Formats: sequence, C-alpha cells, structure tokens
Amino acid sequence: MSAKILIVAEHDGSKLNPSTAKCVTCARAIQGAEITVLVCAADSAGIAAQAAQLNGVSRVVKVDNAANAHLLAAVLAPQIAALAQPYSHVLGPSTTFGKDLMPRVAALLDTAQISDIMAAESATRFRRPIYAGNAIVTVEVDPGTKVVGTVRIASFEASPGGGSAPVESASPNVELPTHTRFVSVSAARSDRPDLQTAARVVSGGRALGSAEGFQTLYKLADKLGAAVGASRAAVDAGYAPNELQVGQTGKIIAPELYIAIGISGAIQHLTGIKDARTIVAINKDGEAPIFEVADIGLVGDLFQIVPELEKLLG
Amino acid sequence: MKRILVGIKRVVDYNVRIRVKPDNSGVITDGVKMSINPFDEIALEEAIRIKERGGAEEVVVATIGPADTQQQLRTALAMGADRAILVQADGVIEPPVAARVFQKLAEREQPLLVILGKQAIDDDNSQTGQMLAALWNRPQATFASKVEISEGKARVTREVDAGLETLEVDLPAVVTTDLRLNEPRYVKLPEIMKAKKKPLDALPLGTLGVEAKQRLKLVKFEPPAQRQKGVRVKDAAELVEALRKKGLVR
Repeated sequence: MSAKILIVAEHDGSKLNPSTAKCVTCARAIQGAEITVLVCAADSAGIAAQAAQLNGVSRVVKVDNAANAHLLAAVLAPQIAALAQPYSHVLGPSTTFGKDLMPRVAALLDTAQISDIMAAESATRFRRPIYAGNAIVTVEVDPGTKVVGTVRIASFEASPGGGSAPVESASPNVELPTHTRFVSVSAARSDRPDLQTAARVVSGGRALGSAEGFQTLYKLADKLGAAVGASRAAVDAGYAPNELQVGQTGKIIAPELYIAIGISGAIQHLTGIKDARTIVAINKDGEAPIFEVADIGLVGDLFQIVPELEKLLG
Repeated sequence: MKRILVGIKRVVDYNVRIRVKPDNSGVITDGVKMSINPFDEIALEEAIRIKERGGAEEVVVATIGPADTQQQLRTALAMGADRAILVQADGVIEPPVAARVFQKLAEREQPLLVILGKQAIDDDNSQTGQMLAALWNRPQATFASKVEISEGKARVTREVDAGLETLEVDLPAVVTTDLRLNEPRYVKLPEIMKAKKKPLDALPLGTLGVEAKQRLKLVKFEPPAQRQKGVRVKDAAELVEALRKKGLVR
C-alpha cells in the first residue's frame, strides 16, 4: 500500500524552517511513502527550492498568494484542505505554526488530528505523548481514513539535503477570508542559535533571581555557541521573554547538550527536554527533581559556578 | 446581549502524579483529584475580566462530560460565570466532537467571543479551538497572552515560537489562552454559596444533533522511557572535564 503524504512547509517568508525536514523524516518512516511538500507563501520560489533539496521528497507544490505573507491559519487552511484531497496524510510540524494551523485543516477535511506524533509505526498507527509526556499512547485509525497530524520535531532528525524534487505551482480555487489580519510580530532578533534547533542549550530558572541575573547565562551560552532557554518560572517572573520557555507549554527541544541552571525540574519542564542527549544540572538543592534526569549533576551556588565555567571554557 | 462563551474541561489535577495502568489500558484516574483544566481557568478569568471592564454582559460556561462534571461548572460559576451548560456525554470525546458541540452552542448563544484553553493537560491535543473556528467559519487567535476588545473587533497578542504576534480579528471569533494571559482568581466561600443558585442547564449530547464518534482507537498506554541514572561532579572543573570526556566541549 502506498501512502501519499502532504507536508505543510513552515517558513519565515524566505527560509524553510528546519521543522519541515524533520516532518519529512517522520513521513519517510511510513512504508511506501510518496512525499510532497507544500509551500504557501507570498513569494515561494526560494523556499520551494530549499524544500526540493530534502532527501525523500518526491515533489514540491508551491502556492503564491499575497494573502499568504503572514501564515494566518484561517487563510492557509482552506487552501491546504482544497489541495489535500488526493493525499492519505497531511502533516505539519508541532510548532506554534503547525499547532495553530493543522487542526483547522483537519476540521475542514472532517477528520481527526493526531497531535505530536513521536513515531509512525505504520500508515495508520502512531505513538504520541500525553499528560505532559508521563504516558505514551499508541493510536490507530481505520485504513482509508485521511490522517492529519502534527509531528513532534524533537523526536526526529532532519532529513538531509542532496535531493532535487520537481517544483510545481498550484492555485487552489477557494475564497480566502479577510476577517483575520496580521498586525505585527515582535521577534527578538539574535545572533544566537535558534532554541528549537540548537545543538547546545543553556537554560535558566527562577534561581537566577532577576533579569540581570539571567543575563549571566548569555555569556556562558556565547562561550559554548549555545542557545538560551528558560523555565516557565523564570519566564513568569519576567527574567526571560516567553519565546525562551522550554517545557510542556513552551518549546520541546532535543539538543546534544542541555545545561539547566537553577532549574528545579518540574515535570512540565522535564517533558520539554527529555530527548536531550546529555543533560547537565546545576542547582543548590541536591534533592531537586532535575537531578533525577541529569546525566551530570553539580550541587552548588550557580552565581559562583557559572563564572567559573565561563573561565574554564574560555 | 453581548455574551462570551467559555469552554472548560474536567481533567486530572495538575499536581497529580500520572501513572499508567499495569494492563496498559489507560492511566489511573480512579480516586484521583479532578479539576478545571488550568488553561480553561485562564479562559474563564479572561471572560470575567472582559465583562468587568464592560466589554460583555454575560459569561456562559460550558463543558462536555458525565454528570460529575457539574462540580467543575459550579466552581466556574463561583469564579464569576453567570450560567452554565453541561452537555452530557460519557466516554471519550475527541476534539472534532467537542468542536462540533461548541459550534452548536455558539449558534445558539450567539457570543461575540468563544474563549477556550489552548490545550487540555490530559491529552495535550491543542485542537478544539482551531477546529471550532473552522466549523463556525470564524477567525481564530490561538495561544493568546493579551486580548483587547473594541467595537466589533479584537486585537490579540499571541505567544508564537518567534516571539509575540499581534492579530486583529473581526468578532465573533475564537480565542485560545496561553499561560501568561492572566492569573485566575481564588474562589471565596460566599461566592461558592451564591453559585449554587446560578442556573445550570444539562442537556444530552444527542439533543444538539452531535454524534460522539470516536475516530482514533487507543491501542495501548505505556510509561515513558526512563533516562539512565547520571553522575555527580563536585565542582566546575570536574564538570568541564566530564563534558570534555563526552566530546561535548573542547
């Protein structure tokens, strides 16, 4: 049996987000998968060319429309639903982009959605985390049911480049709503690696004590070439901006190295990091739950240890 | 009447340690404390605050579940909702069914806003609000950290991976709440007493013309893989040494 899989590409208007390459890897686990990547943008040619290079992609479909400039779910969903008819699976990343968009697509297709797919065991059987990762459920759909899903990107490596899939254009004949309008986005532009895809992450918790205290992490992160993350407690306390939050309701990440500094390790935080290859915990409380998942633990005063680490790594 | 419809879900309390049943048929929920899904509490708080600021005249809270779920509706009424609707259903209610129910309720109640939590902390699906918006053919503003209502419109700030995004949507619209939208109030005893007199309608799912179709078969539940026990180091130098040995730093 072949599976015709449509992957909805995530991008920023010019660059393909690495989450798309991870969706491709997820799709490739399905036997007989024939993978199409769909790029909806205002000007999609460059993004489509990047998608065409992903190994395992057999076709890229691009939709150019000025209305697609800001990736609004209400605008994208009808276009995707119209193009999804011939496909058995429609997948998107489990990022805020995909989480916002894909259920709207599923509803228009009158089908259920499987959120946060961490493994595709077959074309109809998937594993996903529930209860903040405290249980893993295996779900199955009837054969012949159209599957809409979001892919838990921390569970998959990015599909490598080197492919050269053909790119086609499409213009779905659907009416697009004007009831939803983009106003602005305030993104903290930074030269640091992106938290979601970084190989190394230095993350801070409430024990940093203040926004100024939190700044000490940045120096260490820069020494390591690491992205900076934060616990919910640190974000709620205003020490770090929301887009740095790691955990059940923030970003789920899988870096090679995760250094948790002054983070006690609430279950909601741990669910965001349990796929990290190596977890280092630095905390003054030796009983903190973070030490139960840490590969390397160091009990002590972070305000003393962090500058020391900086020096030793410098 | 300017009305806000809020959806809440009864879930295993935030603080309960979740365990998978030994026969892998589910997670243990017997005798476990149940509460309003925390994101839904934020949704309700936001609706009440909008009403208190004069942006709405009535807050209606609704849920889908067995008769026991009345308890959570009473809590919602004590928090400040004006009336409650229990859509009675047993067994698994998947997001497409929940969305269909809220579409029917929205058509009946004609709210200017439907506010839901961005996800339930049990199944972590994060689907119902978006599906409702699609079925109802209205705007959605998910993962909201700020909601401002003006004449016929809402300006919503959303927590997205890149930072904060602001959308303007025509009303009626669906909003789903993120954690930093507000801090829900504590319920005081007099309010709990008063809530007992507030109207609570119960209606079976069938009367809305919605079928509780289950499309995903839950094959088995398993505990997550455990990480190997780690080592302790005594100072920064030892830590750097350990990281070097693993080839993680130079």
